[in-house]
Amino acid sequence: MSMRPISLTVNGTTFTRTVEPRLLLSDFLRHELGLTGTHVGCEHGVCGACTVLLDGAPVRSCLAFAIQMDGATITTVEGLASDGELHPLQEAFQEKHGLQCGFCTPGILMTMLPWIAEHPNPTEAEIREALSGNLCRCTGYQKIVEAVQLAAGGGRGEG
Amino acid sequence: MSGELKVSGTAEAPSAVGKASQTEATGRATAHGIGASVRRREDPRLLRGEGFYVDDLRRPDLLHGAVVRSPYAHARILSIDTSRARALPGVELVLTAPDLGKLNGPLPILIPHEDLQYPRTQSALVLETVRHIGEAVAFVVARDRYVAEDAAELVEVEYEPLDVAADLEAAAQPGAPLVHDDLESNIGGHYVREVGDWAAAKAQADFVLTERFRLDRGTASPMETRGIVAIPEANALTIYVSTQAPVALRGGLANWFGIPEMQLRLIAPDVGGGFGPKVMMFYPEEVLVPFAALELKRPVKWIEDRREHFVATTQEREQIHDVEVAATKDGRLLGLKTTMLHDSGAFTPYGIQTPIISITTLPGPYQLRNYSVEFKAVYTNKPIVTPYRGAGRPHGVFVMERMMDRIAEATGLDRWEVRRRNFIQPEQFPWSTGLIYQDWAPCTYDSGNYPELASRLEALLDRERTERELAEARAAGKYVGLGIGFYVEGAGPGPYEGVRVRVEPSGKVEVATGVGTQGQGHQTTFAQVVAAQLGVDLEAIHVVTGDTAAMGWGIGTFASRAAVVVGNAAHMAAGAVAEKAKQVAAQLLECRPDEIELADGMAWVRSERERVRASAGVDGEGAPRGIPLGELARRANPLRGTLAFPEPGLEATKFFSPQQSTFPSGCHAAIVEVDPATAMIEIKRYLVVHDCGTMINPLIVEGQVHGGVAQGIGSCFYEKLVYDEWGQLLNASFVDYLLPTALEVPRIETDHIETPSPLNPLGLKGAGEAGVIPCAAVIAAAIEDALRPFGIRISEMPLSPTKLWSLIQNSSGR
Repeated sequence: MSMRPISLTVNGTTFTRTVEPRLLLSDFLRHELGLTGTHVGCEHGVCGACTVLLDGAPVRSCLAFAIQMDGATITTVEGLASDGELHPLQEAFQEKHGLQCGFCTPGILMTMLPWIAEHPNPTEAEIREALSGNLCRCTGYQKIVEAVQLAAGGGRGEG
Repeated sequence: MSGELKVSGTAEAPSAVGKASQTEATGRATAHGIGASVRRREDPRLLRGEGFYVDDLRRPDLLHGAVVRSPYAHARILSIDTSRARALPGVELVLTAPDLGKLNGPLPILIPHEDLQYPRTQSALVLETVRHIGEAVAFVVARDRYVAEDAAELVEVEYEPLDVAADLEAAAQPGAPLVHDDLESNIGGHYVREVGDWAAAKAQADFVLTERFRLDRGTASPMETRGIVAIPEANALTIYVSTQAPVALRGGLANWFGIPEMQLRLIAPDVGGGFGPKVMMFYPEEVLVPFAALELKRPVKWIEDRREHFVATTQEREQIHDVEVAATKDGRLLGLKTTMLHDSGAFTPYGIQTPIISITTLPGPYQLRNYSVEFKAVYTNKPIVTPYRGAGRPHGVFVMERMMDRIAEATGLDRWEVRRRNFIQPEQFPWSTGLIYQDWAPCTYDSGNYPELASRLEALLDRERTERELAEARAAGKYVGLGIGFYVEGAGPGPYEGVRVRVEPSGKVEVATGVGTQGQGHQTTFAQVVAAQLGVDLEAIHVVTGDTAAMGWGIGTFASRAAVVVGNAAHMAAGAVAEKAKQVAAQLLECRPDEIELADGMAWVRSERERVRASAGVDGEGAPRGIPLGELARRANPLRGTLAFPEPGLEATKFFSPQQSTFPSGCHAAIVEVDPATAMIEIKRYLVVHDCGTMINPLIVEGQVHGGVAQGIGSCFYEKLVYDEWGQLLNASFVDYLLPTALEVPRIETDHIETPSPLNPLGLKGAGEAGVIPCAAVIAAAIEDALRPFGIRISEMPLSPTKLWSLIQNSSGR
């Protein structure tokens, strides 16, 4: 299959590669760039484990092709911490026990990161709605909700 | 709908977190000791995306496999043509059954049992007859996964479809299509037991109730599917597997391939959820991937995709119980009889563990003296059944708790009161159920306090207020109901686990165990146990799990056993190291070993330290003499001279080998509102009171309970694998098979009691599966209560809006 060149920025670094047009973005990030923090849970766009930020917005990297990303700016979970310090959202997940096996966690972090920026002091119901596109099989979500609430600034109680 | 109903949780749900006071009396509580809700040490790595799951392994010489799977549930293979696949550029190997010779199988039975009269096991690749959808027929290895999948599509298999035994009840009938045509029927196992005298109990009863109960199939669906990488190097083979039983799998594969165990290293790295199916062995790919790697002398990776997971990973929960219960008019349970069909799927590599757990869990917290059981384990043309979190327990609890509700109805007694009248009392432990458990040991309850569980649940619920609010909501036209359910579960079985603890000269402490970890927080809990013995900070401790090179003995993480069996082994090993450290320190400090105290990573003379502490702030007092633990390790391992002890260094390996299971218990309640027009349910409140004995880390226990409840809720209303009459799975995707999301799983209110187990030094009982166990019973009861005006009876799970709607439509009520 013919290879095509792409150039994109991932976590602040510009990469130029040649890819097969059918190569999924998730496989490109994981296996070409070695950014294995982005996980693949279903490859049909439901579980959300593979979520990354494309130009600041969450996308499912299993539903995108690498070749579509020419010129794009992508952030993966590896880009969250800065200078070795965990991002406050990551810290909140540890504080509240928001993860168990950790497989769904990167996708949830990358989904909630832009969301909390747009939704300061969210209610529990709002967080649950925002989380509902990501599947977690370990936690029962409650401690994820608490972690997001902590990171997003307290919260407005029940609702 | 929400918002109008007053039924609601307390604003601040009681939480296990921060309950250090419970353990202070025993002197166990420190900032990171046993009983402290320590933040998990594994989290920063996982949060940074630096976890290491099997598919994260990258090597330039890695090849990739794909499995050709049967599209039929039952078919004879007439021919397989691999020529087009082999001709595809990039394809390195195409395997069919004959290529594997004797290694193809049938693969060994993992857990034989005398009452599994006709065990049948799967093969790596199907030689002649396909027996369930998705069974592996050929294996392709290529330069990347994309090419491997291209080639898999080019493998041409000609099938002759055969009659299918898909339905459990039909498959058990004489004349049903035979899953294994060398057998006379599909009954693989037949098990009959009687405790006490059921016939006499029935004869004495004021009334006998009968009912049929059914639970259907679901799938565990860990977010990480299965995966394997096999790396042949020199004369050794290293295999990475997303498994819950790395040491057992190493032993099994070494034996199967005829490789010395010392040349086979098996590693379970970070595992992205297990929940039971990852204990099963062997999966066909566990043979295919090493075989291909040895053939090609190159590393081979295979990662299951989600669609494969739906048909190639084991499943659970399909049983039908025909139950009779005998009781008195004052609500006393005299006896119970169940005649049960258990769907084994196409093979029985895991024996009849699951149905045995069902029937031994059924008695629950009640004084059941007369109990008659008969079950048949039935082969069907569906994927293999092995334990999924709960592992047969939800079925037994469903039967017993539904029957408790029926006795309440029949006697006019309150549901709580009926249960109270039948509880085993705190002074009656140890309580023998008269049964033999899944571990071949007596099913004898070690400890518990079931009346206290009930009282705590009533308090958490604020029962009086709740019942008043429910009555008001009903008066306002709402369909709201309350369900309750109790359980006792066997957990923490043997045969054993081992832990090696070693203090390095650096002062770092290595703790190695053979079990793997799938999110339970072993890096934290085992460290807490060791830290308590050695008087070191958690930061000094490194826990190694799931690597046969670090610990070659072990069984696995299942049956809520890791904390119980490994935790106690860690306690014992660390205790032995502490004793040795005190002996070494006593020599150096010229005192007796019992005068030494280990604290702050040092060995001290206790009296000196106490004296200085008492005169803290006074100038001129000499500092107590202390020696760092690492220095003791170095001094205990001299390069020349003579050794003052039989063994060098500070190291010990200890095994904990329980002679029977522990018996955690608990009770749940749910308040559910049903919209009769749409048959959708909303869980308004969900409450759990839980007793797993001593809690090492209440935060982690609570997380385990939450996760279990979420899976239990899935098994009640959302998750059902739908097979048609041809054994085709109709909903093999997350679009069609619904895992509950954050919107379906409610906030869970928890409380805990601790009745320590007398069977192990730490008093642990196990917490992994608890959350899931009574959910089906509780939600069924709550829905039934909500829909009392319709007079419907819920005797099967999972429900769905469609099924509930038809129950409502066909009901006699309004």
